[in-house]
Amino acid sequence: MGINWDWQDAAGVFPLLLEAFVTKTLVLTVVGSLIAAALGLVWAVALRELPTPVSKVLAWVLDVIRMTPLPLQAFFLYYVFVQLDVMTIAFIVLGVHYSTYMAESYRAGIESIRKGQWEAATALSLPKSRTWRAVIVPQALRATLPSLGNWAIAMFKDTPFLIVIGVAEMVTSAREYGGENFTYVEAFTIAGLIFLAASYPTAVLMRRLEKRLAY
Amino acid sequence: MPTDNPTGGPADGSTSGDAPRIVFQDVVKKFGDTVVLNGLNFTVAKGERVTLIGPSGSGKTTILRLLMTLEHLTGGYIYVDGDPLTFEERNGKRVERKPKDVARVRRRIGMVFQQFNLFPNMNVLENITEAPIHVLGRSKDEAEARARELLEQVGLGDKADAHPTQLSGGQQQRVAIARALAMDPEILLLDEVTSALDPELVGEVLGVLREVAKNTDITMLIVTHEMQFAQEVSNRVLMFDHGRIIEEAAPDVMFSNPTEPRTREFLQAVL
Amino acid sequence: MDFFESLLDAWPQLWSGIQITLQLSLGGAALAFVIAVALGLSSISEIGVVRGVSRVLVEFFRGTSLVVQLFWLFFVLPQLGFRLESMAAGIVALGLNYGAYGAEVVRGSLNAVPKAQWEGTTALSMPWVTKMRRIIWPQAWALMLPGLNNLMVMLVKGTALALLIFLHDLTFVVDELRRTEGTYFAFGVGFALYYLISLGFSTVLRMLERRAQRKLGLAPTKAQTAQATAGAVA
Repeated sequence: MGINWDWQDAAGVFPLLLEAFVTKTLVLTVVGSLIAAALGLVWAVALRELPTPVSKVLAWVLDVIRMTPLPLQAFFLYYVFVQLDVMTIAFIVLGVHYSTYMAESYRAGIESIRKGQWEAATALSLPKSRTWRAVIVPQALRATLPSLGNWAIAMFKDTPFLIVIGVAEMVTSAREYGGENFTYVEAFTIAGLIFLAASYPTAVLMRRLEKRLAY
Repeated sequence: MPTDNPTGGPADGSTSGDAPRIVFQDVVKKFGDTVVLNGLNFTVAKGERVTLIGPSGSGKTTILRLLMTLEHLTGGYIYVDGDPLTFEERNGKRVERKPKDVARVRRRIGMVFQQFNLFPNMNVLENITEAPIHVLGRSKDEAEARARELLEQVGLGDKADAHPTQLSGGQQQRVAIARALAMDPEILLLDEVTSALDPELVGEVLGVLREVAKNTDITMLIVTHEMQFAQEVSNRVLMFDHGRIIEEAAPDVMFSNPTEPRTREFLQAVL
Repeated sequence: MDFFESLLDAWPQLWSGIQITLQLSLGGAALAFVIAVALGLSSISEIGVVRGVSRVLVEFFRGTSLVVQLFWLFFVLPQLGFRLESMAAGIVALGLNYGAYGAEVVRGSLNAVPKAQWEGTTALSMPWVTKMRRIIWPQAWALMLPGLNNLMVMLVKGTALALLIFLHDLTFVVDELRRTEGTYFAFGVGFALYYLISLGFSTVLRMLERRAQRKLGLAPTKAQTAQATAGAVA
C-alpha cells in the first residue's frame, strides 16, 4: 500500500473532505438527530396514550419504517416532494427513520419509571399533559439519553447512503475527487478515518454517560 | 356546616353540605378472577379518622387506592361529599364518569404512599409546589410561601432546596406529607406510611401526623400496623378480613376488648 | 385488479432484484456471523494481544461507516491489485461491518452468562472447547439472539448499498419500476417486499431464540438482556 499512497493527493483531498464533513455530514447528523429525538418522543407517548387500535396501527407503521432501507425511503420522498431540496429531504428521511429506533429507546426509558411516580401524579391530580412533561419525560430522558446518543452515531454513519439522492456529503466528495484524480486510496481512507475519529470518541462518551446516569 | 372545612378546600366544594364525606356503596373489586372486595358498604363522616386494620390481602390498601382512583372500580359506587367519584347511577344504569368530572372530585383527596413516591427530578420545594401551581392555579410565590410554611410544620424548614435522594426515608416521607397537605385536601389517605422506614425513623413521621391530626380536621383514612398510633389518632377502627368488615369499634374497645375471635387473633399477632 | 396485473407484469423484474437482495443478505449474514463469533471469542481471550487486536478490529469496522468500507473494497482494492466482483465486495462489506457489531453482541452475551457458570467449569477442570461448547455457549446463544436479530434487520436494510456498486438489487428495481408504473405503486411494492424479507429473517431468529430458551428452560433476566444487546447499536 505504501507505494500507492500519495501524500500530495492526501493533502489535496483532506480539506475538501473536511469541508463536506462539517457543512453536510455533521449538519445532517445534528438536524436529523434533533428531529428523530423529538419525533421519537411523540411516538413513544402516542403509543401509550392513543386508544389501542390506533396505537397498534402506529406501531405497525413504525415497524415498516424501521424495517425498510433508508435509501429506498430517501428515493421515495425525493420523488414525492420534488419541490424540496435534497438537504431538507435528507433531514426528513434521517429524522423519521431514526425516530422509530429512538421511540423504542424512549419506551424502555418510560417503562423503567416506577409505577409510584404515575400514582403520585394521580394523587396530586396532575393533568396527563403535566404528568408527562414535568414528571415522566424528565426522568425517562435521563435513562434514555445514552441510547439516543448511540442512535445518533448510527445515523451519522448512515449519512453516506444519501448519496443516492445526490446529497453532497463527505463520501460523495471523496468519490468525486477519486474519480477526477484517478486515485481512490487517499480519499476513501481519509473519509473512513474521519468517520472513525468522530464516532469512536462519541461512542466512548456515551458508554461513560450511561454508567454515570444510571441511578 | 361551614366550620367543617377550615382548610378552605377547593372552590368547587361539595354538592351537599350534609352528605357524609365518604360513602362506599356495594363496592366490588376484582383483580382478574380474584375477588378482593365483594359488596363493601361503609361511610365516613366529615372530620372522622378511620383506621383500617386486618391481615395483608384483606383489601385495606385496595380501599385507599380505589378512593384515589388508582384502581378501576369493578362494581358499585363511591361518593365523596355526595358526589359520585368514578361511577354514577343514571336512569338505573351504572355509568363511568368523564375524566374531567373524576378529576374535580379527586382533587379533594390527598394520599401519602408507603414508598413516598417523591419526584426525583424535582427538589423538595418543587415537589410540594408542583400541584398547587399547575392544578389549583396558584401563583408561584403563593405556592412557595405555603410550601415553606408546611416544611416548617414537618420540621424540614432547611431542606427546601435539597433533592429527595439526599434525604433519609423519614425526611422523604415528611416531604410527601407536606406535598399532600399543600393541596388542602378534605380527605387524606395514609397507606402504610411507615412500613418502608427503618424503625428509628418511624417516630418522626408519626409525630408529624399526630400534629396534623390535632391541628386540622381533615378526614383521614389510615392503613397502618402501628396500633399505638392508630389508637391515639383515630375515632374508629375497622377490622377487615377477606374484603369484608368483620368488626367495627372505637379504638380503645377494639384494641383492648375485641369481640371477634379473628380480630383477637390478628391483634395478638401484630401487637 | 389493475394493481395485481401490474404486479404480475413487474414480478420477473422484482424477483431478480429480490434475488440479489437475498444473496447479499444471506452471504453478508453468514460472513458477519463467522466474524462476530471469531472476534467475540477473541475479545474475552486470556491472551492480551488477541484481546487487543480484536478490540481494534471491532472499533475500526464499527466506526468507519458501511458505505466507506464498501467503496474502499470496490474502488481502492483494485488499485492495490485485488479486484472484487460487485457481489463479493457487497458481501464482504456487510460481513465486516455487521460482523464487528455482532462481535459486541457475542462479547456482551458471553459476559452476561453468570460468573458462577464460568467458575463451575473451572472447578470441573473442563478443557476450553468442552466448557464453551457444552456450558457457556448454549447460555450465551440464547442471550445473543435478540441482538443478532436487530442486526439482521439492519443488515437487510444495508443491502441497499448494492445500488452504489452497480448491482441491480430490489431498491434498484423499484427505482426502475417507478419510471413505468409510477412512484406510489413502485415504492408501495418495494416497502412491502423489504418489510416481508426483514420480517421473514426476524421471525426465523425469533424461533431460534425461543428454541434456545426452551432448551435452557428459563428466560434471561432484564439486566442480562441489556448487557447482551448493548452492542447492537452504534
